[in-house]
Amino acid sequence: MDLEYGPEYDAFEAEVDQFLAELPRDLPRREFLLAATERGYVYRHIPKRFGGSEKTFDPIKETIVAEAFDASGRAWRLGPQSTGMIVPTLLEAGADWQREKFIPPTLIGDMIWCQGYSEPGAGSDLASLRSTARLDGDEWVINGQKIWTSDAEDASLMFGMFRTEPEADKHGGISYLLLEMDQPGIDVRPLRQITGSTHFYEVFFDDVRTPADWIVGERGEGWRVARANLKYERNLGGGPRLRKRFDQLVQLARETERGGRPAIEDTAIRQRLAEIEGSVRCSETMTLRQLSAASRGEEAQTILPQLVNKLYGTECGDAMVKLAFDLLGDDGLRAPYLSSWTAGPNTGNTTDWVDAYLFELASAIAAGSSNIQRNVIGERGLGLPRDLRIG
Amino acid sequence: MHFGLTEEQTLLQETLRHFVQEEMPPQRLRDRFDEGSGFDEALWRAAVGVGLQGLAIPEEYGGAGLEMLDLALAFEVLGEGAAPGPFLGHSLTGLAITRCDDAELKEKWLPGLANGDVIAGVALGASGEQFLPEAFSLRELDGRATGVQSFAEVGTQTDLVLVGLDGGRLGLIDARGDGVRIEPIDAHDRTRRLADLHLERAPVTILSGGGALAREVVDAACLLLAADAFGAAWKLIRLTVDYCQTREQFSTPIAQFQSVKHQLANMAAEAEPMRGLVWYAAYAFDHRPDELAREASIVKAHVTDRATQIGRDAVSLHGGIGFTWECDVHFFLKRAMHDRSWLGGPEAHRARAADLAGW
Repeated sequence: MDLEYGPEYDAFEAEVDQFLAELPRDLPRREFLLAATERGYVYRHIPKRFGGSEKTFDPIKETIVAEAFDASGRAWRLGPQSTGMIVPTLLEAGADWQREKFIPPTLIGDMIWCQGYSEPGAGSDLASLRSTARLDGDEWVINGQKIWTSDAEDASLMFGMFRTEPEADKHGGISYLLLEMDQPGIDVRPLRQITGSTHFYEVFFDDVRTPADWIVGERGEGWRVARANLKYERNLGGGPRLRKRFDQLVQLARETERGGRPAIEDTAIRQRLAEIEGSVRCSETMTLRQLSAASRGEEAQTILPQLVNKLYGTECGDAMVKLAFDLLGDDGLRAPYLSSWTAGPNTGNTTDWVDAYLFELASAIAAGSSNIQRNVIGERGLGLPRDLRIG
Repeated sequence: MHFGLTEEQTLLQETLRHFVQEEMPPQRLRDRFDEGSGFDEALWRAAVGVGLQGLAIPEEYGGAGLEMLDLALAFEVLGEGAAPGPFLGHSLTGLAITRCDDAELKEKWLPGLANGDVIAGVALGASGEQFLPEAFSLRELDGRATGVQSFAEVGTQTDLVLVGLDGGRLGLIDARGDGVRIEPIDAHDRTRRLADLHLERAPVTILSGGGALAREVVDAACLLLAADAFGAAWKLIRLTVDYCQTREQFSTPIAQFQSVKHQLANMAAEAEPMRGLVWYAAYAFDHRPDELAREASIVKAHVTDRATQIGRDAVSLHGGIGFTWECDVHFFLKRAMHDRSWLGGPEAHRARAADLAGW
């Protein structure tokens, strides 16, 4: 065991810092990503002919870059639908012409994607989705409804799963289609959250059209295609994110009061903080294990951590917002600050924590609910039998 | 950067697991638990055979010269097997002597500790929540120690005792010498027997190395207790998974029921993340000494806290049979309970971690 990164990585980190320091502060994201790609800092796993930098697999360098870019305060990240979903899916299962057409503009934010998966009747049981697409000449004609679609208002394109094979079974009847958002027949309606803000949308399809060859994989292969990107989804766990949130929580405890003194001096508060920090330390070390294993091509040794990551982060985040809410006292009565998806509570505005107390509930629900996580941990992690299912 | 085990470390754990399975199969563990002094001479000798006693003792004294991480990995396996015997006190004594300044003392004791001929025990400040060296209460005057230390890990097998003395110092006492009386305590974890150590002007050798040495030994104890509890936690999960897959009710293994599946998943989701925490604390002992004190308290509090809950969940998932003495589950629950209570519980350690964070 050796926790030193070594001179090669130290030099790389310095090089990345230098790169950041030399670029104009107001450089638009598009140009920033082009420059970062040219230096091989991003899109290392993507071939050059698709707009990537095509470098050797090195999750430690990827982590160094991501941390440095985040710390710089530049808005460099694209929506998770783009780099985290459609690009890996196209790399894994798309036709070459699709990769050439869609990946390069996506990587620099010229194409913005949203995801058409969940439906009002198909959440955890996603494969039961009912939106349809039928072939009419050289076009698919799409009808139905999608829900929980982030960024639908800003998106120029959607990737989605639609039922194209009515005679086939539940999983085998689904195809993975791409479509343009800016067309008649698409109705995007915002979903207001309990926090008061809007990040998600419903999307209604009324005879929406898309070219017949805007299908990824074959007809009826949509379910398999959608899961193909899991190979690229390097899930290293949320240690650093939890630590950042914990630091904010400690700061809140310094700024609020108990019995006329800073809350952080209160024994009960210190106990709760220290208990939470135990979980944060666990998550940090678990992330480090996964980063180490990934960098050595030994991901097979960290299967259980990968399965546990999301649930653990949810439970830890939940404990943090609960303590924060108690620290707020009367301020906990105020309406949530209308924060955006990526902004966390800032130390200057305690009502951000009311937003966090509510928004954190999404963690237990989205991207595989906590009970689904428990099923997967039990079945894939512990070898327990699958649920008895009716449908 | 490698935050993972080497092949040698994986092999060490496999070897020790095999050793525990061979030497301490379930019926023998039960016999040791129910009868006798809790000390199994054959197990002790077999452990010497796999190098357990000398793991962290320098090679020049007959040990393997390995690091705290290796010792922690060994203690994980001991916890997993609820291996009876004074392995913790023995290792802590070896550690204290290895790290002190006195070459003569090392020559005198380390070879015997490494080959198991000398069996050591430990009596550190463990009254209530007072576990830090500043709370050590045995009084030393003119090279003789007086006082009573409760919950000492000593017994009829003990030759040498590492004691905590007033002023935050460590000392060595001949357990078979003058002024020493050992009164066994009826404690629930019968795999690690405890006693009241009564000292009446017993000759004591002070270990030089001052307060820092004592604090390091206490921190080592904390992280080894956590490693033990971590092993016990996974044993509890495995026993319970096996039981739930075998036990049938309503014409199906109870593991089929989602609530059971979810409870087991929750246990695993608490246990697996602790693995890296135990590794890190042990790594810090040798490589990040500035972080050791805080990491030791964090890992002791967190792991023993979660492990005892996992033990309680394991009993309840076993149903009625889990509540019987005849079911092995309580051996491992009691292992975790002992790890939790000995040398300060979660509250005391969380308070220390908070102080050390500068909150």
